[in-house]
Amino acid sequence: MMQFLRMGGYAVYVWPSVALTVIVLGLNVVWARHALALAQREARRRLVHARGTTP
Amino acid sequence: MVRRAGAAAVPGGSDLGLAFTPPEAHQGDGFRILYVHVPAAWLSVQVYVVMALSAAIGLIWRMKVAHAIAASCATVGASFTVIALGTGMLWGKPMWGTFWPWDPRTTSELLLLFLYLGYIGLRSGFDDTARADRASAVLAIVGVIDAPIVHYSVVWWNSLHQGSSLIRAGGPAIAPAMLIPLLMMILGFYLYFGAVLLVRARGEILRRERNAQWIAEELAAPGAGPAGPMQESFGASPADPLASRS
Repeated sequence: MMQFLRMGGYAVYVWPSVALTVIVLGLNVVWARHALALAQREARRRLVHARGTTP
Repeated sequence: MVRRAGAAAVPGGSDLGLAFTPPEAHQGDGFRILYVHVPAAWLSVQVYVVMALSAAIGLIWRMKVAHAIAASCATVGASFTVIALGTGMLWGKPMWGTFWPWDPRTTSELLLLFLYLGYIGLRSGFDDTARADRASAVLAIVGVIDAPIVHYSVVWWNSLHQGSSLIRAGGPAIAPAMLIPLLMMILGFYLYFGAVLLVRARGEILRRERNAQWIAEELAAPGAGPAGPMQESFGASPADPLASRS
């Protein structure tokens, strides 16, 4: 296991590369879902507002 | 389906690439950065081409959906470029002796990042979505000239960066034990891009069409839960003006 983690002496380069990839790809999913949720919330807010002002 | 396939391909490819593939003859275990660097670098260029094509279609045929797709590509494309540059620097230090050599490939890839950031910044500079679409589309189309420069930079100029090992005359120059995990990672990155693009595009279209009648009908549909019917069938209504050309 330690041999795997040491990556033949390249651990300080390999693992940060993997971590950077995981973090950036993960953030992208969070951002995309957040943007969709915001758009849905805004559309709902407009719908409620329109209903409230429609005679 | 796309998410499940991607969720299988990326862990499978990374497990094989990091743990089971034998070390490379000259670079030892340091070569394993390849399994995140190459897919990200491929996608960084190809997403830009998709973005520029969508922007061109939106500009020429005035399709709002095409502009929405282009806008949805920008953040994820920029993210792939950040990964490609970051992992490239981490790979370059032990192999080339420097994080940043101002090599034609790295420099043109950095220019690609600036193009993505310029596109995002330009869009955010306009309150009017139609004007943002037109201005950013011109930038995307002009900037696509960088895509072949990134790809052929290692052929046209002397470069520290190695040439293509996958797409070349005579077939890939990588042993199958190293190639299969790489192909799995590339497939996983494509599927990841598809999944994120769909989520982003749904948000972008909903934001643009927030005043449209069909949005109100979708949201007011009986049985709409907190996420609403759009969560599963966004844009699938036959009456949906975005299902065809808008």
